[in-house]
Amino acid sequence: MKVNDVILKSVVRGVVFIVFTLGMYLFFAGHNAPGGGFIGGLVLGSGIVLLYLTYDIETVHKGMPFDFKKVAAVGVLLTTGSAIASIFFDVPFLTQTDGYYNLPLVGEKHLSTVTIFEAGVALTVIGTLVTIILNISEDE
Amino acid sequence: MVIAFSIMLPFIAAALIPLIYRGFKNIHLGWFVLIVPVALFSILATYIPRIANGEVFIKTFEWIPSFGINITTYLDGLSMIFSLLITGVGSLVILYSIFYLSTKESLHHFYCYLLLFMGAMLGVVFSDNLMVLYVFWELTSVSSFLLIAFWHHRKASRAGARKAMTITVSGGVAMLAGFLMLYVASGTFSIREIIENLDVVQSSVYFVPAMCLVLLGAFTKSAQFPFHIWLPDAMEAPTPVSAYLHSATMVKAGIYLVARTTPIFGGHEVWFWAVSGVGLLTLFWGSFNAVRQYDLKALLAYSTISQLGLIMSLFGLGSAALHFGYSTQSVIYTQATFAALFHLINHSTFKGALFMMVGIVDHEVGTRDIRRLGGLMSLMPFTFTIAVIGSASMAGLPPFNGFLSKEMFFTATLKITQLDIFSLDSIGLLFPIIAWVASIFTFIYCVIIVMRTFFGKIQPDRLEKPPHEAPFGMLISPFVLVAFVIGIFIFPNVLGHYILSPAMASIYPMFPSAEELTPHISAWHGFNTELIMTLGVIVVGYFLYRTLKKWRPVYQLIPQSFTLNAIYERVINSSESVSGRVTNRYMNGNLTYYFVYIYVFFVTLLAGYMIYADVFSWNPSKDSVIEPYELVLVFVMIAAAIAIIFAKQRITVVLLNGVLGYSVAFFFVVFRAPDLALTQLVVESVTTALFLLSFKYLPKLKNEYISKSWRFAKVTISIAVGATVTLIGLAVMNYDRFEPISKFFEDSYDLAGGKNIVNTILGDFRAFDTMLEVVVLFIAGLGVYTLIKLKAKKGDADVESK
Repeated sequence: MKVNDVILKSVVRGVVFIVFTLGMYLFFAGHNAPGGGFIGGLVLGSGIVLLYLTYDIETVHKGMPFDFKKVAAVGVLLTTGSAIASIFFDVPFLTQTDGYYNLPLVGEKHLSTVTIFEAGVALTVIGTLVTIILNISEDE
Repeated sequence: MVIAFSIMLPFIAAALIPLIYRGFKNIHLGWFVLIVPVALFSILATYIPRIANGEVFIKTFEWIPSFGINITTYLDGLSMIFSLLITGVGSLVILYSIFYLSTKESLHHFYCYLLLFMGAMLGVVFSDNLMVLYVFWELTSVSSFLLIAFWHHRKASRAGARKAMTITVSGGVAMLAGFLMLYVASGTFSIREIIENLDVVQSSVYFVPAMCLVLLGAFTKSAQFPFHIWLPDAMEAPTPVSAYLHSATMVKAGIYLVARTTPIFGGHEVWFWAVSGVGLLTLFWGSFNAVRQYDLKALLAYSTISQLGLIMSLFGLGSAALHFGYSTQSVIYTQATFAALFHLINHSTFKGALFMMVGIVDHEVGTRDIRRLGGLMSLMPFTFTIAVIGSASMAGLPPFNGFLSKEMFFTATLKITQLDIFSLDSIGLLFPIIAWVASIFTFIYCVIIVMRTFFGKIQPDRLEKPPHEAPFGMLISPFVLVAFVIGIFIFPNVLGHYILSPAMASIYPMFPSAEELTPHISAWHGFNTELIMTLGVIVVGYFLYRTLKKWRPVYQLIPQSFTLNAIYERVINSSESVSGRVTNRYMNGNLTYYFVYIYVFFVTLLAGYMIYADVFSWNPSKDSVIEPYELVLVFVMIAAAIAIIFAKQRITVVLLNGVLGYSVAFFFVVFRAPDLALTQLVVESVTTALFLLSFKYLPKLKNEYISKSWRFAKVTISIAVGATVTLIGLAVMNYDRFEPISKFFEDSYDLAGGKNIVNTILGDFRAFDTMLEVVVLFIAGLGVYTLIKLKAKKGDADVESK
C-alpha cells in the first residue's frame, strides 16, 4: 500500500532542520543551561528517526551513510577514552578540566574537556536509539 | 612511565589489529604483532643491569585514591624475571605461530586475544596494588578462555575453555576475598606497604584465612592438585597458545603470586605445608599421570602440571627460611627459592621448545598420538634434535639446564629434613622420597616422548600426511629455546647474578645482602647424595620404561567415576539442571508475575526498613504553598492512571500513558527543572513513536478471567506500592540523619566550571555513573540488535554439536 504523504514529507523537510539545530544547541548549551549530551543526543536521534519514518531506509541511508551500531561504539570509546586519558596527565581517572581560550574569529570562549565526554554520551544515545528503532521496524 | 607504557602497548596494539588486518591482507598478521613483544623485551632488557644493582622502579598513577586503589607499577627483580619470560617467550611463540597458523584462520581474533593476554599478564606482574592485580589476573583468565576456544566450532574446545574458565575464575574470586581480608588487616592494597607493616598483618585474625584464599587463587591458576584437571583440557587450544599460556606464562601467574606474597605469609606453618605439600603432591600426580597418556600434547600438559608442582614445592621449602628471620642458618633454606626461580626459567625454555616440537610433528604428520607415530628421526632430524635436548633437560640430565635445577631441587628436599620446625624431623623424610619417585616418572615420560615419536618403525599408513622436515621458520623459535637450554647450563652464574639474585632480594626483603642469597651454581658438584639420586632415577626409570607394558594396568585401578574429572562433570551437570529447574519456576514468561516479584520485594524492603527505622513523619508546616494549577495537574494524572485500568483498547492505554508522562514533564517545568522536563518530553515522544511503530504487531487486549483471590492480591500489592512511594516522598522531606549534600553541588562553577548543576553532576561529580550508563545503554542496544537480527538459522544446531 502506497501512502500519499506529501504533506508529511514537506513538513518534515523543514522540521528536521529545526530539530537538528535544536539538538546541536542543546548539546553545546549543556554545561551552563538546560541541555547536555544525553538530551542533545536524544533530540538528534529522534530527528533521524523522524527522517526514517517519513522516507524509506534506502533514501535516508544515501544521505547519512552511517552504520549506527558503529556510531554507538565510537560514542562508548570516546566516553571511556576521555575518562582514561586523564590518567596520562597525572590526575585521577575521569578528571575533567576547563578554561577560557581566546580563539580566532569567535573571541574568548569557555572550553571544557567534559564536552568530549558528553559527545561520547550523545553519539552512544543516537547510535543506540536509531539502531533499536530501525531494527524493530524492520523485523518481519 | 616506561613500565606503564609496556602494560598499555599490547592493549593499544590489540585495538589497532582490525585496521592492520584490513590494510595489509597479503602479509601475515603475525609479523606486525611480533613487533610488540620484541620491542617490550628490548626495553625491559635495558633495565637488567640497573635491577641487578638493586634498584627498583615505582610509579604511581592515581585511580581511586579515596579507596587506596591506585595503579602502581613496580619493577623489581621478581617482576623482571616474569616480564622477560612473557615478552621473550611471547616473541618466539608469535614468530612460531606465523608459520604454524595459515592465513585462512581468523588471525585477527587470534592475535587480538594473544595481545590482550600479554598485556594482562604484564599487568599482573607489574602491579603493586592488589585490586589492580586482581583485575589483570581475571583478564588473563578471560583471554585464555578466548584462546582455548579459538576453534570454537569444536565441542571439545568449548568444553575445555569453559572448564579452564570455571576453575581459574572461582579461584580468582577466592583470591579477591583474600585480598580484601589483607586490606582489612593492613589498611592498604599495596603489596609493598603490607610487607612494610608485617607485624600488624601477621597478628590479625584474618591472616590465616587470607592466606588460604590467596593460595586457592594461586593453586587454581597454576593447575595444582586437585585443580589441575583444567590444564589437559586446555590443550584444545592451538599449539602456540599451549606453548605460551599453558607452559611458559599464565600458569606461572600462580607461582608469581606465591613468590610475591612469600614475604607476607612465608614462615607460617600453614603456608609451608600447603605450598610445599600441594606442590609435591602435584609433582608426583602429574608425572605419574603423564606416563599413561597417548596424546603427546596431553602428555606435555601433565608434565607441565608436575613441573609446576616442583616449582611450587620449592617456593614452599624456601619460605621456611623466613620462620627464623635473618640468620646464617636460614640462608641455607633460601636456596630452595633460588632453585625455584632457576627452574622456572629452565622450564620455560625446555617446555616451550617441546611444545613447539609437538606442534611441528602435529603440523607435518597430522597426528599427535604416540601409538601412530614412530621412526621420524631420519625424516625430521632437526625436530628430533629439539626433542632430545628438551626432553633430556626436563628429565634432569647433563649437559642441560634442567640438570642443574633438578640437582638443586634434590639438595633442597634433602636439607629440609634437617630443619627442626613444623615437625619436619619425622614426616620430612617423605620429601626427598616423593621427589625421587616423581623424578623417575618424569624420566620415563621424557623417554617416551623421544622413543615413541622418533625411534622404532615408521607407520606411514597410519599418518595423515607424508612426514617431512618442518619449514625453516617453524624451527627458529624452538632452536632459540634449546640454545638457551644449553647456554644456561654452560653459564648458569650469569643468569644467577643478573636475573635471579635481584629476584631473591625481592622475595627476602628483610635479608640484607642479595649476594649471600645467591649460591654459586656449578655443573659438577661432587659425588654426593644428589648425584646418586640422579643415577638412581636413570637406572630405575629405564628399567620401568622397558617394563611399561607389564605395569600399565596400574592405571586402571582407579574407577572412572571416582576421577576428579568425573566429579567435576557431575557437579557442573547437576548445578545446570538444578538452576534450570529453579529458573523455570519463576521465569515463566508472564510479565505480571515479574512485576509481582519486583513490587513485593520493593515494598518489603522499603516499607520494612521504614517501619524498622521508624522514619514515618509528615510535617506540612515547611511545605510550600500548593498552587491551584498543581492540583489540576495532579487530578489529571490520577484520572489518567485510573482510566488506564479500565481501558478496553490498546491505543487508549498508550495515549493515557502519554498523558501521564507529559503531565510529569509539566510538573518538572512547574518546579523549575527544565533539564528533566526536556528529557521527559523527548523520551515520552520517542516511546510513543515506538509504540505506534510496533502497534500493528501487538495483539489485542484480552479480557482474561482472573480468580478473585489473585485479583485481590494484585490490588493489595498495587495499593501497597503506591502507599510506600507516597510515604517515602513525605518522609524524605523531614529526613535529617545524614548531612545533605546539596551544598556541595552549589559550588559547581568553581569545582567543574559549569553553571548547570544537573550536568556537572552527570559529567563531573558522578561521571563514573554516566560512563557506565553509556556502556550499559550500548550493551542493551547491542542486545536488542542481536536478539532481532542474529536468530540462529536452521541447521546451525548440527554445526554446534560437532
